[in-house]
Amino acid sequence: MEIKLKINGINKEVTIKEGEYLQSALKKLGFLNVRKGCETGSCGLCTVLLDGKPTLSCSTLAVRGIGKDITTLEGESVEVAKFAEVLTGEGADQCGYCSPGFTLTVIAMKRELESPTIDEIKHYLTGNLCRCTGYMGQLRAVKKYMEVK
Amino acid sequence: MFTIKQHLMAQSIEEGYETLVKNRNNVILGGTGFLKLGNKNINIGIDLSDLDLDYIREDENNIEIGPMTTFRSVETNKLLRENFDGIIAKSVEEIVGIQLRSVITAGATVASKYGFSDFITALLSLNTQVELYKGGIISLDEYLAEEKIPRDILVRIIIKKDGKRAAFKTMRNSKSDYAVLNCAVSDLDGEYRVAVGARPGRAVVKTISNEEVNNKIDEKIEAVVNEMKFGKNMRASGEYREMIAKVLIRRCLEELESK
Ligand SMILES: Cc1cc2nc3c(=O)[nH]c(=O)nc-3n(C[C@H](O)[C@H](O)[C@H](O)COP(=O)(O)OP(=O)(O)OC[C@H]3O[C@@H](n4cnc5c(N)ncnc54)[C@H](O)[C@@H]3O)c2cc1C
Ligand code: FES
Ligand code: FES
Repeated sequence: MEIKLKINGINKEVTIKEGEYLQSALKKLGFLNVRKGCETGSCGLCTVLLDGKPTLSCSTLAVRGIGKDITTLEGESVEVAKFAEVLTGEGADQCGYCSPGFTLTVIAMKRELESPTIDEIKHYLTGNLCRCTGYMGQLRAVKKYMEVK
Repeated sequence: MFTIKQHLMAQSIEEGYETLVKNRNNVILGGTGFLKLGNKNINIGIDLSDLDLDYIREDENNIEIGPMTTFRSVETNKLLRENFDGIIAKSVEEIVGIQLRSVITAGATVASKYGFSDFITALLSLNTQVELYKGGIISLDEYLAEEKIPRDILVRIIIKKDGKRAAFKTMRNSKSDYAVLNCAVSDLDGEYRVAVGARPGRAVVKTISNEEVNNKIDEKIEAVVNEMKFGKNMRASGEYREMIAKVLIRRCLEELESK
């Protein structure tokens, strides 16, 4: 089945199988930053923004992306560059496998929450697992980024 | 992982229902968060996402939740945060992360009668009804009491706006894991509805009034817990669950008293 998806503001066509998920469709289109991790809905590695909301692409049927704005890391280059600087500055990027999903969630959080508390930040980021950093460096980076205007 | 032979974007609930009852392997697709964890060979996957079933609205008497409403909408919705002391919204906010909650749906959860569900427990403590496309409107108590899951489509969750105050508590071994136990208590003029879920079986509810127990918290807890069964699974034993139930019910009752 051929479907049209709007990814980072650009319309793309992709052929998918019945029941295929968005993560797999995005991979076919070359968006390799959209990672595949647990595929059970638990790790957040496959996060993309769907109409601005962090959403698991491994658990969203590709057809449900039709008519929506799909954003991957490539579509947020300005914010990504700002966050990457603080993230690496805090030593919070190690193997980097979780970084695309995590970064997109942080960018969405900055837009959605005004002056969040530490607990609100932690709550927003619960769905993004990281096997390397122990989270403290990430949290320091997020706090710095939230202050970046 | 499941497979789907054919994906049907239903144009009406009737079309979805007719397709559902034609073949045992035709299945309604909610958020598909749970379906994808199984390995069902689905003949026709019936998609309801074009039918405007993603809503939370109110009229004079009720709050209504559409079946395709995601848990993220439930969590952030103003109406649900402002009514019943926000317990419906609170009940979903510890389920994994916001990315998953943006996918999984209210209708699939209630229709499937999951024992572990935090959302069902919160709804059960309130005056909640479900509307099935063919089965009509029935109370959630009645829906859960029926062992079988009907071949029907859940089209609406209806919560009566009767001014109940409520409290919800859940206990997890680790954040974002399934609950070891969850509990919700509502109070309307000294009439309490105490719902306990993840026992680990389906949530059950007991009603108790202040008059019956001389307004004593300990007596209320005993009266409720003695009538409930607790079992074991990989997360906890039955004995442990019973102890936790007493603690969570007490915390709910104390929270209600302090309001
Ligand atoms: C990784 C993970 C962790 C979770 N952790 C928790 C937790 O801690 N606490 C908790 O309470 N829940 C938890 N859940 C369950 C979650 O809350 C949902 O209950 C579950 O995912 C089902 O919702 P869905 O939209 O994904 O349903 P689907 O997977 O789409 O469907 C589930 C079933 O419901 C049927 N169905 C769907 N819609 C309807 C309808 N309108 N009418 C009739 N039948 C219908 C489907 O045919 C299917 O049989 C978790 C789920 C996942 C994937
Ligand atoms: S790969 Fe999607 S949640 Fe883990
Ligand atoms: S940096 Fe390796 S998983 Fe997060």
